[in-house]
Amino acid sequence: MLEVRNLHVSVGDRKILDGLNLTVKDGEVAAIMGPNGTGKSTLSYVIAGRDGYDVTEGEVLVDGVNILDMDATERANAGVFLAFQYPMEIPGVATMTFLKAALNAQARARGGKELQTPDFMKKVREASQKLQIPQDMLKRALNVGFSGGEKKRMEILQMALLQPKLAILDETDSGLDIDALRIVADGVNALRAQERSFLVITHYQRLLDYIKPDTVHVMARGRIAKTGGPELAHELEKTGYAGFVGEAA
Amino acid sequence: MNKPLPIRTRTEAEEALVATFDSASSNLRGASDLRAAAMARFVKSGLPDRRVESWHYTDLRSILRRAAPVRPGDFMPVERARAGLASAEAQTHAARIVMLDGIYRPDLSDLALLPAGVTVASLADALAEGDAEALGALTGEGQGADDPVVSLNTALMQDGVIVRVAAGVEAARPIAIANIMSGGAPHAAFVRSLVMVGDGAKLRLTETTAACDESETQVNEALVLRIGDNARVDYVSRVVRQGAGAISLHTLLATLGAGSEFNGFSFNPGVGVDRRQMFVRLNGRNSTLNLGGLSLLRGRQHADSTLVVDHAVPDCRSREFFRYILDDESTGVFQGKVVVRQHAQKTDGAMKSQAIMLGDGASMNNKPELEIFADDVVCGHGATVGQLDDDQIFYLQARGIPKPEAESLLLEAFAYEALELIADEQLRARFIEQTGEWLAARGAA
Ligand SMILES: Nc1ncnc2c1ncn2[C@@H]1O[C@H](COP(=O)(O)OP(=O)(O)OP(=O)(O)O)[C@@H](O)[C@H]1O
Ligand SMILES: [Mg+2]
Repeated sequence: MLEVRNLHVSVGDRKILDGLNLTVKDGEVAAIMGPNGTGKSTLSYVIAGRDGYDVTEGEVLVDGVNILDMDATERANAGVFLAFQYPMEIPGVATMTFLKAALNAQARARGGKELQTPDFMKKVREASQKLQIPQDMLKRALNVGFSGGEKKRMEILQMALLQPKLAILDETDSGLDIDALRIVADGVNALRAQERSFLVITHYQRLLDYIKPDTVHVMARGRIAKTGGPELAHELEKTGYAGFVGEAA
Repeated sequence: MNKPLPIRTRTEAEEALVATFDSASSNLRGASDLRAAAMARFVKSGLPDRRVESWHYTDLRSILRRAAPVRPGDFMPVERARAGLASAEAQTHAARIVMLDGIYRPDLSDLALLPAGVTVASLADALAEGDAEALGALTGEGQGADDPVVSLNTALMQDGVIVRVAAGVEAARPIAIANIMSGGAPHAAFVRSLVMVGDGAKLRLTETTAACDESETQVNEALVLRIGDNARVDYVSRVVRQGAGAISLHTLLATLGAGSEFNGFSFNPGVGVDRRQMFVRLNGRNSTLNLGGLSLLRGRQHADSTLVVDHAVPDCRSREFFRYILDDESTGVFQGKVVVRQHAQKTDGAMKSQAIMLGDGASMNNKPELEIFADDVVCGHGATVGQLDDDQIFYLQARGIPKPEAESLLLEAFAYEALELIADEQLRARFIEQTGEWLAARGAA
């Protein structure tokens, strides 16, 4: 599904990713943990196609196709989805309007038909009920004045509606209360499928109790420093990142 | 305007305007003293250029190179005029009052639809008859008296309407004043209208400036609006369909009585040069003023909103909210002056202008001014000029929305937030549609 090969990324003079290699197989749920400022969000932005990052070396392949030449729209239409660590607020654009624009754009890009409004409404209603998102929130401007937890739930709603191939969740658990964490995790688990992969970036073992990863990667200093199974997350809980930061130095 | 300007030679346009007055003054009916005095002021001032503070960003002297001639009122056959009118239609339920080439045309107006308690009369007739009330009201309270464009309008006004709404009347349908230019070769019109809204009355008023084709029209309009105590007026002015060389000059002279409310909005989806000057005086306590505007410009279009809001009495509230979307090499101007006189305590004023620059060559000029002589007031202003937010565009793109569509969504949202100030749903819907068309044309370019 996803193959990142020897990825080097800088912003200005600053090198952030330094020869990162990562493989996520079809249907796999991979977790990435790592200290603050180590480049996890940068990796997710580079995969999603945000401007402002210099990829000086390396490749990012999705289903064998290098996506680095595509713009963000094309990547989304190719099935890449990023649940943002800090979702943007879009004043004046009603959440419903936005959801419709996104769903229709992806349908068009894939040569499908746009949804009729009643079908669209039904779909959104069902998906938002599962995530316990109140209907009146959908009438409000996207993310404007939403609480931290509401924004995260809104990201998962978008994922549920867009049904991506590769979903990157960047600290989706931060800002969620205990109940919301379970609701969001259930939402993710419901989408687990052989044809869909997840890259779950988190600082906390707790999320991984709900979303059971197949693999856990430790990222430090712009690379994957260690890869293991779910037990690695438990280990980190005890030992912290000191060993990795040291090792890489 | 207070400083004497250095003597300079008259431009071709200035010569032509003075000559128009000299040759036409026999046809211009009534108000001869008023006209002569106004022309004398214009002869002294000439067309305003950058050195005139209130015209600093709209150098009319160099913009108006050639003054187009005024046309006789019967230039265009009625049937064609009717067809031209259709393009200016925005409300299906309004009573339409039509000026064609500056002349009031009852035959093109929907006088049968006038709501009870509302009367309409020709300004030219009233002036010819020496109607003292009309003459007295015509200059508002002397606001803008030394503005050269107002002087020209006063000197050369061909016609217009006097609309009276009787006290206590809630006009059942909107009144839509349409100033239609027949088009073809460049031509000019000078229109002055007077709207008097009695105490406790309510009026929805729309004013449209339009041409029957994309010709280079020069329209100088002035609207005097007197709002009685506890009355309410919702006013929308807009320009439609004019050529790239069109020059539209519009002056509003408004006074608000005690406890009244005035909501004014101007919509400009792009004409050559548009200058809207609004002089509003809050004359009675507890009155509320909301002024808003939206300009969508491209090419070398130029839109200027210049406001003078005069808080003459205590306890009033004013809000100004103007937005601009500027593509290509277009220019936006916002000048907002809020005056709070010494005894106008407890004034609550807030003014905002916001522009999104799309074109590298676009420019925005903001000049907010507060002249506060009272000590117990809350007044503020803010002006922002910026580009579309890259992060927001990325977010939308990351959901599969193509970049041009993402930009349109954000621009639409920016425009809607201004259009929301319009109470009339049909007008708002029409302007939203026009905004969509404007954005689509941008995408297609
Ligand atoms: N646009 C930028 N300009 C300069 N530095 C940047 C930029 N973007 C990221 N960085 C830097 O790159 C490093 C990695 O940032 P990134 O956000 O990817 O870290 P992270 O691993 O996601 O951290 P956290 O766990 O705190 O979310 C940080 O030191 C950050 O300050
Ligand atoms: Mg991060």
